[in-house]
Amino acid sequence: MEARRPSRAVIDPKVRHVGFFAPAANPLPGPSSTLLSGSPAGNSLSPVMIPPPRHPSDRSPAVPVPDTGLRRQGSDHVPVGSYNPSESLLSSSPAPSSPSGRVGLADGEFSEESDGWYRYRRSGSGTYDLPLPDTAPEKALDNPGKSSAAPVLESKKPAHVPEKSGKAVVEEQNELQSSSKPLKEKTTKAERRALQEAQRAAKAAAKDGNKSAAVSGGGPLSKPVKQPSIKKDAPPVSLSIPASDKKGSDRPPEKERKKDVPPPRMQFDDKSRVEKAKRRAVVNQTEARNRVELFRHLPQYEHGSQLPDLESKFFQHDPVHPAVYKVGLQYLAGDITGGNARCIAMLRAFKEAIEDYSTPPEKSLARDLTAKISSYVSFFTECRPLSISMGNAIRFIKSRIANLPLNLSESEAKAAVCSDIERFINEKIILADNVIVRHAVTKIRDGDVLLTYGSSCVVEMFLLYAHEMGKQFRVVVVDSRPKLEGQALLRRLVANGLSCTYSHINAISYIMHEVTRVFLGAASVLSNGTVYSRVGTASVAMVAHAFRVPVIICCEAYKFHERVQLDSICSNELGDPDVIAKVPGRMDVNYLNNWSSKENLQLLNLMYDATPSDYISMIITDYGMIPTTSVPVIVREYSREHLFV
Amino acid sequence: MPDVHVLVNDFLNNLKKRKIEGSQATARQTAELLRSVISQQRVSYTNQAGALMDAVRAVGEQLIAANPVELAVGNIVRRVLHIIREEDLSLTTAAIAGLGVSAVSDDDDDAEGNDHPVLSAASLAAAARSTLRPPSLQTLLEDVPDSAAVPHTSSSGGDSDGKSRSADKSSRTRKLKHDVIEAVNELIQDITTCHEQIAEQAVEHIHQNEVILTLGSSRTVLEFLCAAKEKKRSFRVFVAEGAPRYQGHLLAKELVTRGLQTTLITDSAVFAMISRVNMVIVGAHAVMANGGVIAPVGLNMVALAAQRHAVPFVVLAGTHKLCPLYPHNPEVLLNELRSPSELLDFGEFSDCMDFGNDTSSPLLHVVNPTFDYVPPKLVNLFITDTGGHNPSYMYRLIADYYSADDLVVQRRPTGGS
Repeated sequence: MEARRPSRAVIDPKVRHVGFFAPAANPLPGPSSTLLSGSPAGNSLSPVMIPPPRHPSDRSPAVPVPDTGLRRQGSDHVPVGSYNPSESLLSSSPAPSSPSGRVGLADGEFSEESDGWYRYRRSGSGTYDLPLPDTAPEKALDNPGKSSAAPVLESKKPAHVPEKSGKAVVEEQNELQSSSKPLKEKTTKAERRALQEAQRAAKAAAKDGNKSAAVSGGGPLSKPVKQPSIKKDAPPVSLSIPASDKKGSDRPPEKERKKDVPPPRMQFDDKSRVEKAKRRAVVNQTEARNRVELFRHLPQYEHGSQLPDLESKFFQHDPVHPAVYKVGLQYLAGDITGGNARCIAMLRAFKEAIEDYSTPPEKSLARDLTAKISSYVSFFTECRPLSISMGNAIRFIKSRIANLPLNLSESEAKAAVCSDIERFINEKIILADNVIVRHAVTKIRDGDVLLTYGSSCVVEMFLLYAHEMGKQFRVVVVDSRPKLEGQALLRRLVANGLSCTYSHINAISYIMHEVTRVFLGAASVLSNGTVYSRVGTASVAMVAHAFRVPVIICCEAYKFHERVQLDSICSNELGDPDVIAKVPGRMDVNYLNNWSSKENLQLLNLMYDATPSDYISMIITDYGMIPTTSVPVIVREYSREHLFV
Repeated sequence: MPDVHVLVNDFLNNLKKRKIEGSQATARQTAELLRSVISQQRVSYTNQAGALMDAVRAVGEQLIAANPVELAVGNIVRRVLHIIREEDLSLTTAAIAGLGVSAVSDDDDDAEGNDHPVLSAASLAAAARSTLRPPSLQTLLEDVPDSAAVPHTSSSGGDSDGKSRSADKSSRTRKLKHDVIEAVNELIQDITTCHEQIAEQAVEHIHQNEVILTLGSSRTVLEFLCAAKEKKRSFRVFVAEGAPRYQGHLLAKELVTRGLQTTLITDSAVFAMISRVNMVIVGAHAVMANGGVIAPVGLNMVALAAQRHAVPFVVLAGTHKLCPLYPHNPEVLLNELRSPSELLDFGEFSDCMDFGNDTSSPLLHVVNPTFDYVPPKLVNLFITDTGGHNPSYMYRLIADYYSADDLVVQRRPTGGS
C-alpha cells in the first residue's frame, strides 16, 4: 500500500485533467476519505438531478464482490510507477508504438467470438497472482486501495457527478483508452494478424502443455489456474518483478477498456467478411434484390423466407439451445418487439440455456460458456440485428461469467450467473421502469396534453400510472407506418379510460399546437446525447422543438451506450421492404403491387433514427432526470457499476 | 340562362363533395365556368364592366363558400375580376385616346380594334396598370390621389363615356365581353400549361447526381423531375409516401416508369434521410401572400428537417395557386379534416369510438388533417411559371395578378343587397 501512494500521485495529474479540480492535490488522510467514499454523501448528485430512490442493491457495488477484487488485484500488486511514465508518454504523443501498446492492441483486436477467450485468460492471470481466491482478505486488500484512490478524485471534484468509490480506476482506464486508440489505427492488418497468430500459437502450446499437466495433475479445476502459468511462464506471486508485472497488470485495465469499446460493427459491404459470416450462419439469408445503395453496409435480406426454413430445422440444431432458438424465431417473426421485451426474452433464454448447460469434459466453464453465449448471440444477430440494449446485457453476462470465482463448482457457478441475470432483469429493467415512472409523473400537471410517438412500454406505464394517480390529462398518440405500434398503445390506453387523440406523423405540426409535453421512449441513448429510437422520433422531437414544447425521453440506464452517432445512416436496421409497398386495410392504395419487377425502385424500411441532442429537453432515467450533456457521465458511471453488479 | 345555373350548381356540388382533386383541375374548371357565366351574361348598356363583375362575384361567392379551403377557386374568381377591370380600363383608355387623337368614325375604330383586340388590350392594360396596381415606384411618381380613386374613375369614366357616346354602345359591349372571354381563355391556357412552363426550368435547378426528396404526389413535381431526366440529368429521388393518402406510391410508380432511380421511404424516415439529400422539391396547395405555403400534410415537418440540415426547400407552384390573402391561423382555418377511417380501421376500433358510455365525450379522437402550413422562413425558393422567386417577393407577384379591390369577393353583394 505504501508503494502505491506515490505512484497514484504520478497518475493524478492526468486524472485531474478530466474534470473540475482544485490545484491542492495531496490525497486526504484516511478517515475523511473513508467517510467520503463510504457515506452516501459521496453519492451526492448534481443539482440537475433529483436523487432517485436507489434500489437496495444499487448500493451493493460499493462492496466489491470477489471477482472485482480479482481484477483489481492485478493492479494492486503492481508498482504502477513502472509503467506509468510510458503511459503518460503515450498519452502525450500517440505516435511511438511501445511494445506494451502493441500487445494491448492485439488483444483489442479480438472480435466478439474470441472475446471470451482473452477475458478468460485475463481472469486466469488475475487469479494466478493470488492462487486461492479468498474473499475476505481480498476485500480487505481492495477497500483500502479504493479509499486511497478515491479521495484523490473526490476531494477535487465538485459534487457534479454522482461519485462513487473506485472511480480512479475508471478514470485511469479512460486515459489509457484515449492514449491507445490512435495506435490501433497505425498497425496494418497484416501486423495484427501476425500478432494474433502468434498468440493463437502460444495458446495452443499452452493448451498442449496444459493437457499434459492436467494428465499428471488430474482435476479439470486445476486447469485454468495452470494454463496462464505455462503460457507466460511468469514467475509466481511476485510484487517485485517489473517485467512480468507490467504484462499482468498493465493489461487488465487496458483490456477492460478495449472490451468496453464496442467491437467495430460488421459492415455488410465488406464482401469477404460477409462471406465468412455466411458460412457460419444458421439462418439462410438471401440478399434482397433491390438494395438501397446508401445502406449497403447494413444487412438487407429477403424477408419471410427464413422462418419456415428455421422452423423445420427446429430439432436439428444441436448447438442452439431450444429456448434460444425459440426466442430467435420470435425475433425473426416479429413476435417480440420493443427494446425491453427483446432484452428480457433474450436474458431469460440465456438463463434457461445456462441452467441446462453442463461443462464438457476438459473444458472450463467460464470459457466454454462464454463461447456458447457468443454462438447464441450470433444466432440472435442472424435472426435480427441486436439492439444496443441487448449488447449491453450481453456484455454484462459475459463479464459475470468471466469474473466467476474459479473455486465455484459448476452448479454454483451456474446458479450465480442465473441469479445475476435475474437480478439484471429486475433491477435494470423492471425496477428502473418503476423509478422512471415515478420521476416522470412529477413532470405533468393537470390539464396537460401529452404527446407520445409509437409505443414505448415505459411511457405507457407512466401514462397509466399518472392516470391512476388521478392526474387530469389528455394523451396524443402519434403513429407511423409501417408498424403502427401506436394503435396497440391507443387500444390499451383507451381501455384504461384515458382520453386519447390519435394521429399520424404527418399531422404532427397540426397537433403540436395543443400539446404541452412530449414523452418519448428510446432504444438507446448514445454518449453524445443522441437518442437512438424508433424511426420518426427525431421528426417528432424536431417539431416539438420548433413549437417550443419540452421533449422528455424516458429511457432506462442500461440502454445507455458509449457509442456516438451523428446521423441515422451509419448504423441502423433495415426492416422488410415489402411492407412499405403494401398498405393493409387500404384497398385503394395498390399502386406498387408489382414493385419488385422494377429495377429502378427501391423500398427503404428504416427502423431507427438518431435524434440530435439539442431537441431533447430532458432524459428521465433510473438515475434521475438529466440533461443530454450528462449522458456520458451516466455511461461512465454505469459501465463501471455494471461490471461490479 | 338556365344552363349556366345547371353548370354552376353541378360545380358547386362537386366542390362541396370534394370531388375535384387538385388545385389545377379546380382552377381550370372554375375558369371555364366563369367564362360561360360571362358569355351568357346579358349586359346592360351602361356599366357593362360592373354588370359582368357583379355576375362573376355572385357566382364566385357561392363557389368560394362551397369549398373555402380550396383557395384556387377564389384565386381564379379574383383573377377573372381583375381581367374584367383591365379590359374595361383598356377599352376606356382606347376610346378616349381615339376620341382625342383622331376624328375617325366609330365604326372604323371598332374594326381596327377587332383586328388586334388582344394586342391593344395588352398594351393598354400595361399602360393602365399603374392605376390598377397597388403603390409602386411608378405610381408614386405619378399622381397619387388619382390612383387612389381608380375604381370610381374607371366605372364612372365608363358611365360618362357611355352617356357621351351612346352611338357605339352595343359594339363596345360586345367588344368588352369578347375581350374578357379572350383573356379568360388565355388564363385557362396558362393554367393548363403551367406544368410545362415550370418544368422548363428544371435543368437550371437539378444537377448531375443530385439526390432529391419529395413528399406525396404532385403533378408539377412529376413533370419537373421528368423534364430534368429528359435533359439527360441522372439523379435519384427519395419519395416519402405521404400518409394517409399514400400519393407517394403513385409518384414513385410514375417516376419508375419514366426511368428515374426512385427510393420510397416512410414519412417517419424523412429526418433520417434528409442529411443525404441535396434538395427538397415539393408541390403546394396554395401560396399565401406572405410567402407561406399551404401544402399537403407533413410538409412542415419536412421543411423543418430541411432547414435543420440546410437543404434547400423548393416549392413548385403555378400562378393559379398564388393567393392574395394573408393567412391567419392557417393550420386551423385553412385546413380540412378527413375521415378517421384512413387512419384507424373502424371495425377494429369501433368499441373505442363508442359514444354509448356514460361519459359525455368520447375517449378517442382521431385527427386527420389534409394540409400543413409551411411558414415563409422555411421556404428557400418558389418556382412558378414566371420563374423563381423568394418568399418575400410573393406579395409583389400577387399584385400583378390581382386587383386590390377584389381581395374580399363578398363585399359588394352584401353591401348592395
